[in-house]
Amino acid sequence: MSSGRVYLDHAATTPVLSEVIDVVAARMRALGNPSSLHGSGRAARKAVEEARETVAEAVGAAPGEVVFTSGGTEADNLAVKGLYWARRAADPRRRRVLVSAVEHHAVTDTAEWLGKSEGAQVEWLPVDREGRLVVDELRSALAGDPDSVALVSVMWANNEVGTLQPIAEVVAAADRYGVPVHSDAVQAVGSVPVDFSASRLTAMTVSGHKLGGPVGSGALLVRRDADLVPVQHGGGQEREIRSGTLDAPSIAGFATAVEAAVASRAVRASRIGELREALIGGVLEAVPDAVVNGPADPRRRLPGIAHVSFPGCEGDAMMMLLDGQGIDCSTGAACAAGVPEPSHVLLAMDADPLLARSSLRFSLGHSSTRADVDSLVAAIGPVVERARAAGYLNVKGS
Amino acid sequence: MSGGVDSAVAAARCVDAGHDVTGVHLALSSNPQSFRSGARGCCTLEDSRDARRAADVLGIPFYVWDLAERFRADVVDDFVSEYAAGRTPNPCLRCNEKIKFAAVLDRARALGFDAVCTGHYARIVDRQDGRELHRAVDPAKDQSYVLGVLTAEQLAGAMFPLGGSLKSDVRTEAAERGLAVAAKPDSHDICFIADGDTGGFLRDRLGAAPGDIVDENGAVVGAHDGAYAYTVGQRRGLRIGRPAADGKPRYVLDISPVDNRVTVGPAEALDVNEVQGTHVRWSGPVPEGVIECEAQYRAHGTPVPAAARRDGASLAVRFADAQRGVAPGQSIVLYDGTRVIGSATIDRTS
Repeated sequence: MSSGRVYLDHAATTPVLSEVIDVVAARMRALGNPSSLHGSGRAARKAVEEARETVAEAVGAAPGEVVFTSGGTEADNLAVKGLYWARRAADPRRRRVLVSAVEHHAVTDTAEWLGKSEGAQVEWLPVDREGRLVVDELRSALAGDPDSVALVSVMWANNEVGTLQPIAEVVAAADRYGVPVHSDAVQAVGSVPVDFSASRLTAMTVSGHKLGGPVGSGALLVRRDADLVPVQHGGGQEREIRSGTLDAPSIAGFATAVEAAVASRAVRASRIGELREALIGGVLEAVPDAVVNGPADPRRRLPGIAHVSFPGCEGDAMMMLLDGQGIDCSTGAACAAGVPEPSHVLLAMDADPLLARSSLRFSLGHSSTRADVDSLVAAIGPVVERARAAGYLNVKGS
Repeated sequence: MSGGVDSAVAAARCVDAGHDVTGVHLALSSNPQSFRSGARGCCTLEDSRDARRAADVLGIPFYVWDLAERFRADVVDDFVSEYAAGRTPNPCLRCNEKIKFAAVLDRARALGFDAVCTGHYARIVDRQDGRELHRAVDPAKDQSYVLGVLTAEQLAGAMFPLGGSLKSDVRTEAAERGLAVAAKPDSHDICFIADGDTGGFLRDRLGAAPGDIVDENGAVVGAHDGAYAYTVGQRRGLRIGRPAADGKPRYVLDISPVDNRVTVGPAEALDVNEVQGTHVRWSGPVPEGVIECEAQYRAHGTPVPAAARRDGASLAVRFADAQRGVAPGQSIVLYDGTRVIGSATIDRTS
């Protein structure tokens, strides 16, 4: 990369494609509120509606099902809160929110907020040791009292370990009772085939910056027949589901990125998959006792995420040492005030809490090269040795 | 980097000196909100953000190290149990000894760093025969007392770039460097006692333990809710109804946790000529024979002439003039001019 750094954190954000920058800049130089009726407004609206058609085409949706948002977090909030409020309004018994235990915080924290403030009863659906939802648990949660379920939310692909979720089975289980399903597909679109209509999901989240688009862009795909209470009110844009002046430049850039990512997906996924194998092979050779988390079967995971535990090492220490050598990666877990916490995803996969803290996530993307992988493989052995010597921070009884 | 002005400028000077610097903020509570809120302390989310922002301005990496468990065990629990034992501890010394120049320094060394640089006001002077710890140039800010507990080995891994500066100049420099913390108020008191109410903090942890306040002859003159809330030399807040026979003010002379008694008496009875110290630490070579020195037994106390001698693992310090307000648990730091010789924790006074 131009920064001279080895970037192995595509699951956090990806370099913006240069054609996206061009599209955004061009639209930014143009004038117009897409909701205005005059010529400038019409020009802006044209850009937005073309983008809507492009996004819809890329993810197998109808244009009218695309609700542009400020990104994945907003789309997740809109889906989970909006579906909950609408379903509860239609039938006050519907208070159960069934959510997988490995969701992104944009979903888990939203569900918890509904539980604390809106009378929702949140149930966390367990996953197996590979991080894959145990669909039978969902089936029995639904069958127990289907009339009390407001919605189900299960991500398409996990952002930490890359596990693909059995979305078709989830939707089939919920469909029996007419329960809507939302899926956060932020990590999936552009990495694995995603077809919104074929999935029969009620709502699906897409984000721009995970696939070469601008940060602050994204969409919630919402089926036409779905009822959704808005989170933000105002000018009634986007089917009155998401008010706010449409950000035409960002939306145009988002569409360009989604289209490019989906069009080049198969070729890129296969190239990235090979890079990942090289990365894992090299890391395991340098650190034989490292443990690769998530599914081994490539059909059950994202092509570009390698999540590895290094026994005896603090994830943060390894990340700091790699950072010092110009290598960007992640511990994969969220931080509270910068204090590393063991990942809820790893814990849900029944990982040892200490081992969960000993993990790094390397995520490859469109800009990744073999040289990036080689740099990591050359660095990881000494880094692990040093981090192991430093041991763990703040372990009770140490 | 605490999020305050001193550690930010210390880091900046370290960068200027050509070192490869990484900023580290210590998370000392598992719940960052539970410690002091506002801009005074060293343990809040806001402080963490301020420290990160300063690191960004300096262009150095920044990490938060979670040492809450070690801090609780080595500093907070120690603080509580010392008070429970009728002693008066200084947790800042304990933190320097056990956290900043032990847990942090050890980890830093293991990760490939050479030293821990802090914003303490003290000077390190390298001489041919070793390293010396000296008082800071700014007498109002001098923190050599709370560093007196460091061993030569710990000092070998320490850097104090602010020791030669006045605090006012450090603030000016921070502003010139564009550090937003330039005008942030100084931290003071005890960082883990949110509201500064040490008595309440101890009461929450030790519970109420009502007992007698007695005079030197053992006659009950009052009552207390917990002997731990008192400090030798204390005069205020005794709530003794009856005045002393001589009409003079009375002071806490002794705290006896065993029978939960606080003994009070006249100021003269506070006179201490000699202390016995344990937990002896030497900043440099271990001195032999009688050590003619100055001794300081409070963080902001005045150094007084004294003669010290080693007695096995302990240290006896005899003051040239009797001292008042010397309490077990306090640290006594010995100086040769501006140079720190070593320190001990006061165990007994006589």
